Amino acid sequence: MAKIIDMRPPLNDKKIEELKVGDIVSLSGTIVTARDKAYARALDLLRSGKKLPIDMRNGIVYHCGPLVKRTPRGQKIVSAGPTTSTRLDDMQIDFVRRTGVKALIGKSGVRGDVASELARLGCIYLAFTGGAGVLASRSIKRVKKTLWRDLGPIEGLWVLDVKKFGPLVVAIYVYGGNLYLRK
Amino acid sequence: MLTKSELQKTVVEMLSRAATTLPRDVIQALKLCKTKETNKIARLQLDTMLRNLELAKKLRAPICQDTGIPIFFVKLGSELELNFDLNRALADAVREATQKIPLRANVVDPLSRANTGTNVGQGQPIVHIELARGKGLQIDLIIKGAGAENWSRLFMLKPTAGEETIKRAVLLAIDEARGQPCPPTIVGVGIGGSAEVACLLSKKALLRPLDVKNPDKKLARMELELKNAANELDIGPMGLGGRTTVLGVRIAKAACHTASLPLVINFQCWVARRASARLVGDKMEVEAI
Repeated sequence: MAKIIDMRPPLNDKKIEELKVGDIVSLSGTIVTARDKAYARALDLLRSGKKLPIDMRNGIVYHCGPLVKRTPRGQKIVSAGPTTSTRLDDMQIDFVRRTGVKALIGKSGVRGDVASELARLGCIYLAFTGGAGVLASRSIKRVKKTLWRDLGPIEGLWVLDVKKFGPLVVAIYVYGGNLYLRK
Repeated sequence: MLTKSELQKTVVEMLSRAATTLPRDVIQALKLCKTKETNKIARLQLDTMLRNLELAKKLRAPICQDTGIPIFFVKLGSELELNFDLNRALADAVREATQKIPLRANVVDPLSRANTGTNVGQGQPIVHIELARGKGLQIDLIIKGAGAENWSRLFMLKPTAGEETIKRAVLLAIDEARGQPCPPTIVGVGIGGSAEVACLLSKKALLRPLDVKNPDKKLARMELELKNAANELDIGPMGLGGRTTVLGVRIAKAACHTASLPLVINFQCWVARRASARLVGDKMEVEAI
């Protein structure tokens, strides 16, 4: 088994500099889910000079729409693997620039031109195995907050406290290296 | 006589088994691929998939959070008498399973994007009914996530395009989709019929287990050639590189108009969920797969 580097957000350039493409990492701390509708709303707000309900600067965004079970003790996430990041390609650069996010977690990477721009913005892309929903849910220690509930459980923002979330692969790196590009 | 509640109970059971466990042939194929990968990251992906499968089975939790939409293929004996509405029974089962398992509520209006919250909606669940002789009833189910379904391709080829062009089109679709349909995928291919029949064939082809050979020798050869060629593309598990891009290719064909050659490619992700049940006496039996 490959060595797994555990990282704790908030991230900074120094923490990112210690990585290289192909490294296996896990995350412990706070991550926020966001996908299609949340991206669109976040950009609407930020472009009109408004603030988001959560500060994402140096944070980590997870492309995921969880499967949630209602229990007597509240909502429990039972499966939470990654969704296809390329669906967000047209919003990705502006989203990262305006939020100051330092890492994206998802599956299947981003379009080539988006990858180059992410590198310039100092944001890395961490690949998680598609379909690994139960494994992911096991490393969610607590749901800290749910925001934009009107978007529904799939599209809303879930602020999660995770422990050893992964294994994730550094698939697109800020100093070059993109595992999705064919040799 | 088969009752609505018996049928509904069976379909909930099928949905539950399919969402939380994979058929043996798919697990075997994933394990076999792992032994063939030399790439460290490809091995890690396959390893994570297998670990997740074990956890899902143990905890009876849905393998993937995208519990997809169910697609039912029903073989209905034309002499079978039913005293209930079959479509309604399937819809009620989907509604019940969505609450009980639970399944993620994925079904929305295509334009307003409003979620019905039940996985039932206009035209959902999808039910394809085929009439058969006799008094039997067989229900086959596949669960399709959007990640894989979004890479479906329809080509209306020139009628004389031939086998080589068909193979190129299939490989082109696999190459364009790269890691997005969650490889290693099972690739369903429908050849002939008409535009909509080719679509249906490509999806129905996904029902054939990976360890069951195509009875048509020519199609069996094409399936193997396509599988080998696809695995040379270095897309690999989740598109991160490697030798495992497809677990198998499944082809089905139908006769078509002399002036056309429809071709459809449909992907099933590595979480290739399916289940089957058939009528035995008054009861439905879910097959152990």
